[in-house]
Amino acid sequence: MSSTATVAAPRPVAAHHAEPTGLWSWITTVDHKRIGIMYGVTAFVWFLVAGIEALMIRVQLFVPNNHFVSAETYNSLFTMHALTMIFGALMPLTAAFFNFIVPLQVGARDVAFPRLNALSYWLFLFGGIFLNVGWVFKAAPDAGWFAYAPLTIEAWAPGLHMDFYVLGLQVLGLSSIIASLNFIITIINLRAPGMRLMRMPIFTWMTLITSVLIVTAMAVFTIAITELMFDRVFGTNFFNTVDAGADPLLWQHLFWMFGHPEVYILIIPIMGMVSEVLPTFSRKPLFGYNVMVFSGVLIGWLGWGVWSHHMFATGMGPIADSFFALSTMLIAIPTGIKIFNWLGTIYGGSVRFTTAMLFSVGFIAMFTIGGISGVMHSSAPSDLQQTDTYFVVAHIHYVFFGGTVMGLWSAMYYWYPKVFGRLLDEKMGKAHFWLTMVGMNLTFFPMHFVGMFGMPRRTWTYGPEQGFTIWNQVETIGSFIIALATLIFAVNLFTAWKRGRVAGPNPWGAATLEWSIPSPPPVYNFREIPVVHSRMPLWEGDPTKAAGIPHGRAEEETEQVTLGGAALAEVGDVHDENKMSAHDLGIHLPPPSFWPIVLAFGITLIFVGLIFRQLTGAMHSLWYLMIAGVAITVLSIYAWAFEPGH
Amino acid sequence: MDSSHALADHAAHPAHIDTSTGLDSRKMAFWTFIGSECLLFGSLIATYMAYKGRSLKPPYPHDVTINGVAHEGVLNIPLTSFSTFILLMSSVAMVFALYNVQRGDRKWAAFWLFATAFGGSIFLGCQVFEFTEFYHNGLTLKSNLFGSTFFVLTGFHGAHVTVGIIYLITLGVMTMRGRIGPERTLNVEIAGLYWHFVDVIWIVIFPLVYLIP
Amino acid sequence: MRAAPARLWSVALAAAPLLLAACGGKEHLRQYPQTTFYPTTQFARTTDGLFMLSLILGVAVGVAVLAIMVYFLWRYRYRPGAPEPKQIHGNTRLEVAWTLIPAVILAVIAVPTVKAIFSTQPEPPADALTVEVIGKQWWWEFRYPQPNGDTIITANEIHVPTGRTVHLLLKSDNVLHAFWVPAMGGKRDLITNRINHLIFKPEQTGVYFGQCGEFCGTSHALMRMRLVAHTPQGFQQWLTSEAAPAAEPLPTDSAVLLGKQLVTQGACAGCHLIEGTPMAGRTGPSLTHFGRRRTLAAGILDNNAENLRRWLRNPPEMKPGSKMPNLNLTEQQITYMVAYLQSLQ
Repeated sequence: MSSTATVAAPRPVAAHHAEPTGLWSWITTVDHKRIGIMYGVTAFVWFLVAGIEALMIRVQLFVPNNHFVSAETYNSLFTMHALTMIFGALMPLTAAFFNFIVPLQVGARDVAFPRLNALSYWLFLFGGIFLNVGWVFKAAPDAGWFAYAPLTIEAWAPGLHMDFYVLGLQVLGLSSIIASLNFIITIINLRAPGMRLMRMPIFTWMTLITSVLIVTAMAVFTIAITELMFDRVFGTNFFNTVDAGADPLLWQHLFWMFGHPEVYILIIPIMGMVSEVLPTFSRKPLFGYNVMVFSGVLIGWLGWGVWSHHMFATGMGPIADSFFALSTMLIAIPTGIKIFNWLGTIYGGSVRFTTAMLFSVGFIAMFTIGGISGVMHSSAPSDLQQTDTYFVVAHIHYVFFGGTVMGLWSAMYYWYPKVFGRLLDEKMGKAHFWLTMVGMNLTFFPMHFVGMFGMPRRTWTYGPEQGFTIWNQVETIGSFIIALATLIFAVNLFTAWKRGRVAGPNPWGAATLEWSIPSPPPVYNFREIPVVHSRMPLWEGDPTKAAGIPHGRAEEETEQVTLGGAALAEVGDVHDENKMSAHDLGIHLPPPSFWPIVLAFGITLIFVGLIFRQLTGAMHSLWYLMIAGVAITVLSIYAWAFEPGH
Repeated sequence: MDSSHALADHAAHPAHIDTSTGLDSRKMAFWTFIGSECLLFGSLIATYMAYKGRSLKPPYPHDVTINGVAHEGVLNIPLTSFSTFILLMSSVAMVFALYNVQRGDRKWAAFWLFATAFGGSIFLGCQVFEFTEFYHNGLTLKSNLFGSTFFVLTGFHGAHVTVGIIYLITLGVMTMRGRIGPERTLNVEIAGLYWHFVDVIWIVIFPLVYLIP
Repeated sequence: MRAAPARLWSVALAAAPLLLAACGGKEHLRQYPQTTFYPTTQFARTTDGLFMLSLILGVAVGVAVLAIMVYFLWRYRYRPGAPEPKQIHGNTRLEVAWTLIPAVILAVIAVPTVKAIFSTQPEPPADALTVEVIGKQWWWEFRYPQPNGDTIITANEIHVPTGRTVHLLLKSDNVLHAFWVPAMGGKRDLITNRINHLIFKPEQTGVYFGQCGEFCGTSHALMRMRLVAHTPQGFQQWLTSEAAPAAEPLPTDSAVLLGKQLVTQGACAGCHLIEGTPMAGRTGPSLTHFGRRRTLAAGILDNNAENLRRWLRNPPEMKPGSKMPNLNLTEQQITYMVAYLQSLQ
């Protein structure tokens, strides 16, 4: 049994005897927990890659007229930094949490379509690699992640750069749509008995809203890049301004109709995560749960009506300008409401400053600042000075880094113990947090100023006479502080995996279902599917009615162990049931399958073939790989459909 | 999950569906997929409409006179009206197919499944003929805005019809082999949803592209 | 309620010049030549007034939110032995309050915003000066249509008079660009196959910095410009002299004559225009009065002999991706060409 010592000796987590190990078991897994871990690890690697790209950008901008990288390389750097962060790191990191946590929060054994879930991971892995292969051939995408036509058609973007863009993003887009389809059905259809929609954890709600946004917005993006792909590969005229009279604004409208919901896709899950962390460490429920759900739905809905605020400088005319300025201001209201509700959650609480809590609090502060610069953008005439300057870069990084990334780190510290059975080190965590806050603000706050002092964005260099130098130097120093903080975090993630303090089922004394099962969870998640009677089953559930759900708050049931001065619920013990397999318990789980990885390979091969079609010379004939890709795709789909056991 | 129901039941469903809503997850997933596809086709249709009437050079869809020069439109309304009618009739065939699967009538179920696929093939055949005619009249993917937007939009739709035909033929063969019966109608229901959706998309495309000049 | 937005608007307008003086002013402009805080037109003042309004309100809200949060975190921090906190789930009245108050604050920004959207996109008056701006990779062409049907073509330095509305017709025959001279106001995109408009009335003479504000390829960062605002008479003088053909070199000036020969009969003629010579290329910038421009290569270098030499030696090195190739000129050839180009006043 556990001790009451201030530091418990690390204890090995019991082996899951029935759960397979080895590379093949990971390649054929359809277990949402394993898939979640794979998403998380892969996405974190892409985060580091995109971070290095950012550091290179900052070094290039350290002094005027610098030649650390060439102009061509720089343009690829900022393009790939954005693409890798958005599609390689941030969306997949949220997907990692959707995967691991949501089925646990709704009381399910897995997602609705486990093989489809595996497929979306493999498509993500192959798509991310494909998108980045361009670097190897000095042909990384280089026209910006927003890729405005006609800069992206063959006439002005020769070579393979933008082919990697259109083809790689097709694979990644498919991955996202398939994954989100899965989550929607899981949340709507696989909830434990008694879990009405308005009893779902807020993170699950936000996952639902985000998933609906993804299946709809990514479809629009798919068409935008398909049209560009057809222009580049088959010579169509969608963006042919040279001799077909195409309109560049078609691209912008399609792109931003996707692009604006996309930023909500990047922040709404985080709002859900933070809404789980704050109540846990304030020891009181989320303030205004109903309003938080409705404001999330409203943001998702209104997010479709603001897209042209990215186009205030394109000359749409005063009526369109006014409409989008007003709709953008309108969406600030449900966003602000969330911030106030978070404050209401802290109010009257008993706040424990674990690292997870620190990052959530930091998120509120940074996201508020980002929201304010966003409101400043919404005033269209004022935006004409701000747009395409570093003022926008400041805004987006306050909401993407201060918002999405810091929220993700909060979620990592919070749920890592559930995933790996061990706590991340709190001392390193606090260092990570404070260095991040300092580095982040040092990097991005000056950008508000240098932008309004005239520095445009997406610029490879600047002149000494423009006055931008000192600001850029401060920003570059800040970026290296962020890098140091991230390094500490990476070390923490890696060392805690095997050597962190053992975490029990509920180290934080939290309220939702995922904390009622062992850490890490057994392969079948719940021994018995729980019956749910409240929104916070572990805080409010009656122990006599909620069968099998431990009451997370009964002090007499838990061991008081201090962790950095804050007392926590039970830490350190592992339950016997970890040693029992699903088979022993009579639980049927979907068997592993290798068709997801094969199908993902086939689909990717189609697009790889098209890359070769863009080449001249001997390599061109390799485009027959596309036909092989189609064949593998069709055969895999049939094999999948008729696979026994599913 | 097989139930041992052998009762002929018009609305044959498995005995109980163990989901929060009582609906089968696969059917729900399919509706979600259709939602996503609505935006897919919606964006393609929006592109077509944005570029409608803005091609700089012929061939044009409908008869038009520019700067005193008369251009004959390439669209063949009688042919495509016929193929549209066939596609609509194939949706009726699909309804019969599902009905017979639910009734347990293996022979007629297979017949109507193949009939639906056949109707779809006629539709595609007319499209192939139509596209070949256009090509000979100088309308290709690359000719002008009309060529690009038209072929990509109708081509996407045609690709969806093709996938549907393959799906239906597969189901037809499975039905003939007795692998699909009243207790396993979901597959056919989903095929029906898919086919009707493809039909509805065409009902939107046909007036916008062909009928309205 | 209706008086409040108007009053706040006038407070912001009154505060704006004060705040701008604090961070604006000639010293500020000297330090940050491209700053948005030195408005010299009504257009620029309007946009900056809105900026100040949203900044003041935004900072007020932000500071309040952050202060409250920090206070709560301190006041409600965990203390050993503290009882379990009261499990409140929400408060409807608060929800209503913090929905309505932000809505009001946003309305205060919204009303002047819509007004400004319309006031800054007016129909240009009949006596406006029309200038066509054509964005290129990576330089600016400026065309001044004249009443007699001629067009004066120049590049990278746009001249305007004060006291008269300037109406820019923005076009591109390649990729997207954006015209941005912060002292004149906000930016506007140059979109292929479209004509955009930018209307402003300069009030203060001077030389102002501008830069392309829409990513346009390899050397987007090096596509800058100058806007020179003259008095009305000064502008007329400039226009007249700009319309005149290139100065003929003096017969005694052998270096300039040799330079003219190299330039007008060499590769330069394929791309450049010099009125008064047979050179009529349209791919590159017009060079007719190149010598009196303040900068070269689209605002990135001061126009002096040293920089001109560096440019002619290897244009793609100075401007990556430049369509002007390295002509492998000898130093001697460069000397003559520099002499000629500098003579084009």
